[in-house]
Amino acid sequence: MRPQKIVKEMSMTTIIDFLFGPFIDFAFMRHALVGSAALAVGACPVGVFLMLRRMSLAGDALSHAILPGVALGFFVSGLSLVPMALGGLVAGLIVALLSGLVARNTVQKEDASLAAFYLVSLALGVALISLRGNSIDLTHILFGTVLALDRQSLLMIGAVASITLVALALFWRALVLECLDPTFLRTVSRAGPLAHSVFLILVVLNLVGGFQAMGTLLCVGLMMLPAAAARFWAKRLEALCLIAMAIGIVSCWIGLLVSYHLNLSSGAAIVLVAGMFYLASLIFSPRGVFGQKPNRAQHKAA
Amino acid sequence: MIRTLAFVLALGISSMASAAPLKAVASITIIADMVHEVGGNLVEVQSIVGPNGDAHSYEARPQDSKTLNEAQIVFINGLGLDPWIEKLTTSSGFKGPLVVVTKGIKTHQFDEDGKQVVDPHAWQDLSNGQIYVTNIAQALCKVDAGNCKVFQANATAYSAKLAELDADIKSRFAALPAANRQVITTHDAFGYFAKAYGLHFLAPEGFATEAEPSAAAIAKLVRQIKHDNITALFFENMSDNRVIEAIAAETGVRAGPPLYADALSNPNEPGATYLAMFKYNTDTLLKALAGK
Repeated sequence: MRPQKIVKEMSMTTIIDFLFGPFIDFAFMRHALVGSAALAVGACPVGVFLMLRRMSLAGDALSHAILPGVALGFFVSGLSLVPMALGGLVAGLIVALLSGLVARNTVQKEDASLAAFYLVSLALGVALISLRGNSIDLTHILFGTVLALDRQSLLMIGAVASITLVALALFWRALVLECLDPTFLRTVSRAGPLAHSVFLILVVLNLVGGFQAMGTLLCVGLMMLPAAAARFWAKRLEALCLIAMAIGIVSCWIGLLVSYHLNLSSGAAIVLVAGMFYLASLIFSPRGVFGQKPNRAQHKAA
Repeated sequence: MIRTLAFVLALGISSMASAAPLKAVASITIIADMVHEVGGNLVEVQSIVGPNGDAHSYEARPQDSKTLNEAQIVFINGLGLDPWIEKLTTSSGFKGPLVVVTKGIKTHQFDEDGKQVVDPHAWQDLSNGQIYVTNIAQALCKVDAGNCKVFQANATAYSAKLAELDADIKSRFAALPAANRQVITTHDAFGYFAKAYGLHFLAPEGFATEAEPSAAAIAKLVRQIKHDNITALFFENMSDNRVIEAIAAETGVRAGPPLYADALSNPNEPGATYLAMFKYNTDTLLKALAGK
């Protein structure tokens, strides 16, 4: 009996040490977990809305669109993070709002107008930097890593997540309508443009805050992958958002453990774990590849 | 003494009036600065690798060939630091003397990518710097024998300054407690400095400055800092300082700004001459090592 018990206890402590030890031993691991989880809380629901609006690639586009603002911030006050992030925020907002405006008032769809504006913005940024003859990779300096979060970065991510949650709560109904049936919203209320603008601001806020603290890949990955995975498990918007948040937070935790135990870049590890959740959902969910096929398949057969 | 000086001065002035300055080229800025000190107004020296440049990975420009072609004497460090210059001198048609200024220096080996090679950064010890100066003066004398006395007087005066700074730095580091002498750095250029002034420089284990680090790499470095009683961190070429600052915050050690290793700085920065570079590096190291 006794030796067995000891073995059991030993294996329990090793498991606990494996799962929690890194966070107990190192402050930078605790900061990484808290910061990335806070980002997930704000960015995952935003990702769900982006997905439902068929704008899943907007995050990537906007990560390029912020370049001219970053460059101007750099010209004004040198290699200082706050002006560069603010510049990026303004440039991202201009691109997002202009493309939204074009999509709303012309025949062009939002993905096309966003592509047009982000490419112009990116080219403007490259031109600005070449004007100064500076070969510094500004984006590299702006984009941090999740393992180096200081107090200031943590506070910023916390603020972004709080603002996002409050704004989502306040504008929830308008956002849902605007996202699912914009024509209907336009006929019953004038809140449409406002909701649309609030949403775009939230997208840019989460992206720029996330880029500055932990890099593009982690930020865009954490925004879109949990949302895409959640789509296999739920239909209702509230459930989608909650599931996406849960997948995002668990991905951060497991991803940081993977980065610690397997010596992998932490941003990539977190995104890969979120990707695993997506693949698992794709395979095992009742709505996934092996689940019940929607009616389309029956039509084809017939 | 005064008579010799007056004679030297007169000689210098007369030759200045009579001939254009000797055209010299050095491979790196540090040697160029020494040549400038020894040659004074009689020598016009240019460095192939510019301020803040990297001699190890230098890629020659067409302009360098022209510079070398017009040179009357070329100074190099040797010891594997600037091998590209030999090819460049041959192809440029340079016919004058190629002077290896490290002749007579006691070298040591260091580990580079797993191989034991001679550490070329000999100038990082001021007593080696004095050997550089002697070699430079001798070589200048061979090319311009008429001004030899000026060169030698300049060299003696400059060497005295180097020796004075050397003694000063030694006494300042000697005052440092033995527990505060461990530094982790990505610079591989400070082997001679560490030996001369009694410091211990360790390389960070398994930590690449270029790629985004993993949690494992940072944890390993944190453990190493705690285990080896490190007092300060000096990382070069980090485009993102936040990782180093996070490590410093985690361990309570200080992270210093980059040191000047292979090249002097621009004139408006604190490491513009060989002497200034040494003063800056010493001050920076001592500031970081002074206390946890």
